[in-house]
Amino acid sequence: MGIRTLIVMLVASILLIAFLALKPAYSLFLPGLLEGALLTAKITVLGCLLAVAMGVLAALGKLYGPAPIRWLANLYIEIFRGTSALVQLFWLFFVLPQFGISLEPFTVAVLGLGLNVGAYGAECVRGAVTSVARGQWEAATALNMTRAQMLRRIILPQAFIAMIPPWGNLFIELLKSTALVSLITLSDLAFKAQQMNQTTMKTIPIFTLVLLIYLAMSLVITIGMRYLEGRMSKGLARGRTV
Amino acid sequence: MTDKPMVRFDKVSKRYGPLTVLDSLELDIHRGEKVAIIGPSGSGKTTVLRMLMTLETIDDGVIWVEGEPLTHMERNGRLVPADQAHIRKIRSQIGMVFQSFNLFPHMTAMANCIEAPMTVLGMKKAEAEARAAELLEMVGLGQKKAHYPSQLSGGQQQRVAIARALAMRPKIMLFDEVTSALDPELVGEVLQVIRRLGSEHDLTMLMVTHQMGFAKEFADRICFFYQGKICEQGPPKEFFGNPKNERTRQFLHAVLEAG
Amino acid sequence: MWDWAFTLEILPTLAKAAVISIEATLIGFVLAAVLGLVLALVRIAIPWTAWPISVLVELIRSTPLLIQIFFLYFVFPSFGVTLDAFTAGVLALGIHYAAYCSEVYRAGFDNIHRGQWEASTALNLSAWTTFKDIIIPQAIPPIVPALGNYLVALFKETPLLSAIAVLELMQTAKIIGSETFRYTEPITLVGIFFLIMSLVSAAFIRAAERLLNRRPAR
Repeated sequence: MGIRTLIVMLVASILLIAFLALKPAYSLFLPGLLEGALLTAKITVLGCLLAVAMGVLAALGKLYGPAPIRWLANLYIEIFRGTSALVQLFWLFFVLPQFGISLEPFTVAVLGLGLNVGAYGAECVRGAVTSVARGQWEAATALNMTRAQMLRRIILPQAFIAMIPPWGNLFIELLKSTALVSLITLSDLAFKAQQMNQTTMKTIPIFTLVLLIYLAMSLVITIGMRYLEGRMSKGLARGRTV
Repeated sequence: MTDKPMVRFDKVSKRYGPLTVLDSLELDIHRGEKVAIIGPSGSGKTTVLRMLMTLETIDDGVIWVEGEPLTHMERNGRLVPADQAHIRKIRSQIGMVFQSFNLFPHMTAMANCIEAPMTVLGMKKAEAEARAAELLEMVGLGQKKAHYPSQLSGGQQQRVAIARALAMRPKIMLFDEVTSALDPELVGEVLQVIRRLGSEHDLTMLMVTHQMGFAKEFADRICFFYQGKICEQGPPKEFFGNPKNERTRQFLHAVLEAG
Repeated sequence: MWDWAFTLEILPTLAKAAVISIEATLIGFVLAAVLGLVLALVRIAIPWTAWPISVLVELIRSTPLLIQIFFLYFVFPSFGVTLDAFTAGVLALGIHYAAYCSEVYRAGFDNIHRGQWEASTALNLSAWTTFKDIIIPQAIPPIVPALGNYLVALFKETPLLSAIAVLELMQTAKIIGSETFRYTEPITLVGIFFLIMSLVSAAFIRAAERLLNRRPAR
């Protein structure tokens, strides 16, 4: 979808929320839901930061690390991609305390989702790094750069642009996965919805609002990433037709 | 000063699986010499440059640069395969220009030229920029410093690539088919820059080329490669005027026929 | 730390629950694959539906599956239809992944070079023959592995059904945990089960990919 359509959809969803808020049947729920949405946003942002850090580390470890690091990176990627996010959250929440490690639910949420998405991110970082043309490595070698200098100055900046769209998708996956934290007692947007639904049984207004709020948050991520991609690739794309 | 050759290939072989690309190559290149390597595709000529730039490993033999081993290092009086630190030390004397330019697309012409001097040589930015500006001026791109590679023509990109390599102050410059990816009308400007380098700088140059006219006029020596070996070599006048080997004659005939 | 006797004791219960998880996966996926194909075909056949369908797909893909599960489970009773938890959950899985599958089909059809349609027109083939003999055989090799990946992804999301108390693997593990106050074994076992299933299916998908690409279809 074009960025214009996405912006139109974002504006439309926000207007729709505002319009619905004029009706008492809806406005009743909005403050509580927005409160939940704030927690959802917090977890999303922190989780995304952790995911990016883990993704880059695991990918570089897998590509260039010595054998034990490579092995460790592979193990991390396979385990977190191979089991589901909810299983990981429950494991951190229910099982870790039995080993004497009790984490706050909020910490579990950020850690669980960040590690989960980071494992997928590692594959996208790896793909982007290996997609940089071989000639770039060779030119950097001819200029006598060290491996670390090549990566930092030449390869990663170029790979970065190729990574933006897949990371955008992963951030949205992470946002959607935050709904799972409602199952480990955090009162995020999904939790509030579930709670209000149980007490009032006004399913349609509550879930309509909730879906619209999630949609708006997803669109913010998508539009933000598109914008970033456009800006970053400016230098690369400018005058490509010359 | 030594009378040792600038570069010596001592019985160097390169194999890809069952295929022998270079077969026990022996080649000396002297200080300030300009050597043109020609030959049909698959004759191993590009591999010679790539091995010297350490982009390819070698399977046998030793490459020497100014009397020091590049691919090996001495330990307890014996030659052992070189480690990264040793390779980097020797490699610092060599620069290379590629067929496909390989400019860093996310950096301007200027940034391309100051990147390695700053990160590798530890130059201050002002100093690196002054030097790069001089070099870009020399290749005729003083006005294009702030342009990105994608905003430059192929010929301009290749000239930036030459300036970028020179910024590292190499003693040896390798040119790997540097005009092959260019539109015909852009070949001249790049060759002009190389000509100027040859007359103004004390560089040892090794080039793989298909431009027979340029090789004839510019090089001190022509090496004709065929099936992983030097088939014939000599000064251009002799080489083109009176080729002795049948293969050379066939090759020159075919190339000149094609124009 | 790890109690083997307890592990053996709960294994049969978990195995029974695993069957429910797999059932949910298979039914959900068939629903997703068929519904996705319908969406993709309607989009091609009736041009004006392209925009509404893409908005719908975007809407489904941008919102959490868990919310969609809750929504379906709770909204039907307000229309006087009561769905049991399993049906509602599987329906939500199917609809959610239909959105992803429809994009896979679309990409598969779009990737076929326009020249193929034009050549078929030039040979005076009917639209149906073109589709059946020219387009489908070329579209399948890239579609199959992509659908396979979504099958695995859907499988990994079946633990969400525990939120509406479907007695699948995760819910069963949680119940065992809350009854015995031992979470280590049941939840770790669930994790291991998912890990093994994912690795095995990944190997299958790679094999299928190789098999399909070997055919000189393109």
